[in-house]
Amino acid sequence: MIRQIHEPSRIGVYVCHCGMNIAAKVDVEDVRAFARSLPNVVVAKTYKFMCSDPGQEMIRKDIQEHDLNRVVVASCSPLLHEHTFRRACAAAGMNPFHLQMANIREQVSWVTPDCALATRKARALIHAAVRRVADHYPLAKERVNVHPAILVVGGGIAGIHAALVLANAGKKVYLVEREPSIGGHMAQLDKTFPTLDCSACILTPRMSQIRTHPNITLWTYAEIEEVAGFAGNFKVKVRHKPRYVKEELCVGCGECVSACVFKEGRVRDEFNQGLSKRKPIYMPFPQATPNVAVIDPQSCLKIMRGKCAMKCVEACPRAAIDFEQREEHTDIEVGAIILATGYRTFDARKIPEYGYGRFPNVYTMLEVERLVNAAGPTGGDITLRDGARPQTVGIIHCVGSRDRRHHPYCSNVCCMASLKMAHLVKERTGAEVFNFYIDMRATFKGYEEFYDQVLREGVQFIRGRVAEVTDWAIRPAEKGKLVIRVEDTLVGVVRRIPVDMVVLATAMEPQEDAAAVQRKFNISCSQDGFFLERHPKLGPVSTFSDGIFLAGVCQGPKDIPASVAQAGAAAAEALCLVDKGFVEIEPNTAFIDEAACSGCRTCIPLCPFQAITRDAVKGVAVINQALCKGCGTCVAACPSGAAGQNMFTDAQIYDEIEGVLADV
Amino acid sequence: MSKPKVGFYWCASCGGCEESVVDLAEAILDVTAAVDFVFFPVAMDFKRSDVEAMADGAMAACMINGAIRSSEQRAMAKLLRRKAQILIAYGACSHQGGIPGLANLFDRQSILQTVYRDTPSTVNPGDIRPEASTRIPHGEVELPVLDEQVKSLDQVVPVDYYIPGCAPPVQLLKDALAAILTGRLPPKGSVLAPDKALCEQCPRAPSKPDNLLIDQFKRPHLERIDPEKCLLAQGFLCLGPATRGGCGWACINANMPCTGCLGPVSRTRDYGGAAMSALASLVNSNDEAQIAAMLETIVDPAGTFYRYGLPASLLFARAGANADKGGHEP
Repeated sequence: MIRQIHEPSRIGVYVCHCGMNIAAKVDVEDVRAFARSLPNVVVAKTYKFMCSDPGQEMIRKDIQEHDLNRVVVASCSPLLHEHTFRRACAAAGMNPFHLQMANIREQVSWVTPDCALATRKARALIHAAVRRVADHYPLAKERVNVHPAILVVGGGIAGIHAALVLANAGKKVYLVEREPSIGGHMAQLDKTFPTLDCSACILTPRMSQIRTHPNITLWTYAEIEEVAGFAGNFKVKVRHKPRYVKEELCVGCGECVSACVFKEGRVRDEFNQGLSKRKPIYMPFPQATPNVAVIDPQSCLKIMRGKCAMKCVEACPRAAIDFEQREEHTDIEVGAIILATGYRTFDARKIPEYGYGRFPNVYTMLEVERLVNAAGPTGGDITLRDGARPQTVGIIHCVGSRDRRHHPYCSNVCCMASLKMAHLVKERTGAEVFNFYIDMRATFKGYEEFYDQVLREGVQFIRGRVAEVTDWAIRPAEKGKLVIRVEDTLVGVVRRIPVDMVVLATAMEPQEDAAAVQRKFNISCSQDGFFLERHPKLGPVSTFSDGIFLAGVCQGPKDIPASVAQAGAAAAEALCLVDKGFVEIEPNTAFIDEAACSGCRTCIPLCPFQAITRDAVKGVAVINQALCKGCGTCVAACPSGAAGQNMFTDAQIYDEIEGVLADV
Repeated sequence: MSKPKVGFYWCASCGGCEESVVDLAEAILDVTAAVDFVFFPVAMDFKRSDVEAMADGAMAACMINGAIRSSEQRAMAKLLRRKAQILIAYGACSHQGGIPGLANLFDRQSILQTVYRDTPSTVNPGDIRPEASTRIPHGEVELPVLDEQVKSLDQVVPVDYYIPGCAPPVQLLKDALAAILTGRLPPKGSVLAPDKALCEQCPRAPSKPDNLLIDQFKRPHLERIDPEKCLLAQGFLCLGPATRGGCGWACINANMPCTGCLGPVSRTRDYGGAAMSALASLVNSNDEAQIAAMLETIVDPAGTFYRYGLPASLLFARAGANADKGGHEP
């Protein structure tokens, strides 16, 4: 399997200054001369920026003029420019895998303060690369066909947008949402900043497009159970939770809900943030998509106790109710996955000084969104728990955000959401509204103008982090009110503002199960717990797992325009992958030398990707090249040297070690 | 035409390798019919001076068994290297350092102290130690000097071929002799044995599960051993997966696990390392403490995994000096 090298090595070594990044610490000329003195090195040069066009051109020309068959570039991490130099080598007719990089920037000049030591270290790394590159043999990237379907996980606005973009491009899309309806947080909002579009009015047409689009398979009340495979060929198991209502029969008439033996709602209505109650059988919300009833097994008498008059079954004109439904699984194959799993809001109880859960009239922003909404529990009336209209309302920003005790990050949307809420409250109730902010952040298109408008409407802005919300009145005017204590940092005094209603702009935080999802999809999380993009600037929707992309708040707090933009970007990336039709797999895979394998089976249980099986006829292990990720576990474990790994053969590694240690 | 001349010499060895020649039984008659033994101290009366008197390259082939650990052995190895066209390292000690090579776990001083002072059976009131040269009434006598380290033959002189095993299986010896006589020899440096691990076609292989994981390491003398089932699958430290085949599964057929005497296959740089990483991979646990506890039950890991090859292992390698590539003494 390992091809023998018959031609003598003719190596070119290229030492990069990287401006002053390398040259300030490493004596590049000394290193160049050293490289030139090594056996088989035919040419050694330095250049200010090897990665530049002239630098690459130098390598191309040398390969042809000096008949080079191996190239060593001593510069930065191969993560950055291995592809660049491989391309340059390939352009000159050399096998691109006859290139080896020595990282004398990240591993030397940036971390070794002493110039003499840095130079010595650079020499050692180049010596190692020169020794190793002689053992390189021609390799080629393998092409694997890509499955053209795409999975979108999460049916909020980001997932909806990504799914529609892809479906409109003619791709088969699976949209999986774990709640009974798609819509996500956006469906709960009343108006959207800064244009004050009705959230439902702009969202629901898209939801119904999802429902009717011929290219989209929508699975709500379903979750991803398992993900296997690799970019272009993911195998996904979807778990369908029983809703006890046949989706294909139910038309959402609601007769069952009216007929339920419970005359009144009994259970916290999640969609209305618990401000209303629902029955065990319910419609998630008026514009739910699919518009199908669902039975909550935690409260349905029939399911819990097996005993019920089952009025719902009687009432259903289409015999859609089915208590026999069980959990089901579907296996699908997709080429790319877009994660748009969204967020949850910070639990305001964690800041007890704000009184949420203690004082009935302290609300979260999302609760007030439901109060403002015409389809909400009060039919759009902004009222307090006792039904009275608030005369004064205080909106507290940064609840759980920009707070070292909770989330150090800025949740990005709360300033604008608070402005919007101030506007809506003022418009609907005429109440005096106070906004308590640390800094106002109104940075995108039309945002500053909206801030200005709200200022002109007479909303009060007090700069300072609220210390406390209390019902302890020390002045007659504070009797029966909630008092917001805050240091007004613009005036430099501590103020007490009595209000009827407090609204907490709670932080966006990662979903409770974000870590489990991260493991399931084999991606990374950043320190704040949101999914980590491949590169903050240049790979904002990619992940470190090829073929898995991010959209919306699961990657970090952002508003609707940004979520939609990111969803479009993720859809474009996914489209790129599946439209290309194939993926190229790095040839750093493991292989079994059949002539050497004794069939001892040591490797088989070790493979984390189940890529190794035993050929019972030949009595040897076989590695599926498409499944192998090149982790090297089997290679390290093989006791008889029958398992090898391209780009990491024993000879290459030993020669590299001997090169590094030659000077020691 | 005279028959090819052949030598057979021993260094730091137990004599088992000579026994393997005896094990040729009546086939030895064919050997003596085909070759002339010109040096075979254990069986025939030749002196070193006889060898010195030979022309360089006079012997068609010479086999040396035993490790090299004294000045005399080193001198003989060099002498025989000169006199033989083909030099063969015969047996595990010559091939990889063998059992005597385990002495490399200690320094020479502590070995001498153990042998000449500390063992319960030692009676040595004057604390007399072997000296390189001693004056006696009749003059001066010399003893070979014990080296600081035990070496395999190829760490001392260039070796053409290796016949592995402790002792080498008779079939390998027969095959090697036939190859020498017909001149059908593989490239120099080869081990004259199959280059696949013992598990291949092991009579017990069918009973080995594809997903073998081990819950407990067992020791053969403390357990009843199933005579049919894969020994590793029973929890015994069978080194078959790491060891070169060619012994005819002699130990396996005697219901004992392989201890690795034929050494590694050609692709393995460090036998013990390869065997250990393979076995450690089979430990059925992901809990660090549990894994450590299980590995703790392997008594004498150095003696288990480096029983026949400590001197040839990477543990005694130096950068640049490469035993595999014939990094012998000048």
